[in-house]
Amino acid sequence: MTSTTDLPARPAPARPRIRELSAPRRRPPTGRTHLSLGESRLARVLALGVLGVLAVVWLLPMSWALLTAFKSEQDASDPVHWLWPRHGLTLDGFRTVWERGDLPLWMFNSLLVSAAVTVITVLVSAMAGYAFSRTRFPGGRWLFTLTVAAVLVPPQMLIVPWFRQMLSLGLLDTYAAVILPQTVAPVMVFILKKHFDSLPRELEEAARIDGAGHARIFWSVLLPLSRPMLAAVAIFVFIGAWNNFLWPFVSTSDPALMTLPVGITSVKDAYGIQYAQSMASAVLAALPLVVVFLFFQRHIVKSVATTGLGGQ
Amino acid sequence: MSSPLAPATPGSRSVRRLLSPGLLFALPFLVLFAVFMLWPLGQGLWMSLTDTSLSAHTPDFIGLDNFSEAVRDAEMWRALGHTVWFTALSTVPLVAVALGMALLVHTGLPGQWVWRLAFFAPYLLPVGVVGLLWIWLYQPDLGLYNHLLDGVGLGRVAWLSDPSVAMSAIVLTTLWWTVGFNFLLYLAALQSVPDHLYEAAAIDGAGAWRRLWSITLPQLGRITTVVTVLQILASLKVFDQVYLLTKGGPDNSTRPVVEYVYDVGFTGYRLGYASAISYVFFALVVLASAAQYAALRRREK
Repeated sequence: MTSTTDLPARPAPARPRIRELSAPRRRPPTGRTHLSLGESRLARVLALGVLGVLAVVWLLPMSWALLTAFKSEQDASDPVHWLWPRHGLTLDGFRTVWERGDLPLWMFNSLLVSAAVTVITVLVSAMAGYAFSRTRFPGGRWLFTLTVAAVLVPPQMLIVPWFRQMLSLGLLDTYAAVILPQTVAPVMVFILKKHFDSLPRELEEAARIDGAGHARIFWSVLLPLSRPMLAAVAIFVFIGAWNNFLWPFVSTSDPALMTLPVGITSVKDAYGIQYAQSMASAVLAALPLVVVFLFFQRHIVKSVATTGLGGQ
Repeated sequence: MSSPLAPATPGSRSVRRLLSPGLLFALPFLVLFAVFMLWPLGQGLWMSLTDTSLSAHTPDFIGLDNFSEAVRDAEMWRALGHTVWFTALSTVPLVAVALGMALLVHTGLPGQWVWRLAFFAPYLLPVGVVGLLWIWLYQPDLGLYNHLLDGVGLGRVAWLSDPSVAMSAIVLTTLWWTVGFNFLLYLAALQSVPDHLYEAAAIDGAGAWRRLWSITLPQLGRITTVVTVLQILASLKVFDQVYLLTKGGPDNSTRPVVEYVYDVGFTGYRLGYASAISYVFFALVVLASAAQYAALRRREK
């Protein structure tokens, strides 16, 4: 197979780490680790102190946004009593933003676009990964090399031709225009191909003797075995699509089709300095993924750790 | 003897060979890949050799004129410079702070999920939210940071409108927003440092600092290289947060090259010239990748 060294900036694969991450956690996260500070109480207090300061600095922006969101517009722009609102907390900001109605719409658009991008990307990349890992076909090696080389192409350089393409296809301001270019993920094909390479072939041999074809082997043997990897890739693709800005920004001008990151910033200009409202919409927009993170923390952490390295 | 199950003719056999299961499996990806990556790459290259614009006139082939214009375009060089400057300013803290956070969290202090949430949650925010949030934090008269500076007796800062501060402000926002990603990569790497190394060190009576310097950090050498490489490539592609915080200002003093492509193409309607600059940007990314590849090769020898 094409060696990974053809890929610039990609050192030899480190299988053990990824496998270890997919395996059940051996150590409890709060347990004693080999970096433990030993018996020194001073060291522990010091480390906890530094960590605490860092955490406060990191949580401050969101806490401040949350507080502002619960202020009245008047209190939010009070330069003297800037910390605690004089007129108490209110839900007015949230109410105004929600009743305007575009925020729920943008959330729906983001969900639709991200879900479509995720489903298409994972399915198509897994199939291609299977083809490159388990089958031979004319031009297969060459096409895989081309796919690996394409990892280098920054999507940012394609906005102009994509725009031109969608313009001539009459697809500007459609979901298809936002979704389709985002589904091409050579790096995911690369990751999944290497993942399939790492699975032992004995399992399929048994199925093949039973007369199973490629479709059966792919769907009923390899995919179920790959669930953790597929979940990792799916989460990573979803977060990327949910947060993607530049292409949705270029390809939509109709507010009804905007995704959350694009729509939310279009309001900022129209409303000028309504900071309480602005923070209320920021909080509402941030909520979905933060809540998902609270529930699926371990999966998301694992996804970033395996997929984030680009299959290295 | 001519049954419907008769052996296939040579013609249909070659069709079968071409439509082998492998190709069928790869086909959906290959179609998307061809239509939305290879074709646009080709079209971008073609457009860069023409004077294509968003207005109606038929584009003319103008050879390398766009590229020779780009070489003489001071604004393009300035934008390229901002991209490189942003990359230089952001990469070191994004790697170093992530490493520090991961080491501290990995010591096993109580409150693991709080630390992870605090450091990683910002990464999950859509950039639109990050933009709104930090415009408010950096607001000169009402923003939190100037209130805090006032509180400790330091002067106020025009975070986003002072050309000498704006880029640093963008780097700070980026650090806050994306450091969690590198933090998680480090945390995963720390968990895979082999136990027997620590056991051996413990037998030798090595203390906590000694273990950190002699085992943990050397074991993290490879991941540090990888994280740095990924970070440089990510930083070179900067656009979103700059566009949302400063629109490239004040006075285009923070405009990165990707925004210059956007401005030339979609504000100035010059798609041909924007395509040429896209390829200049691509050249920069390829150059950075090649340099890193060479450095990695040397390191692994």
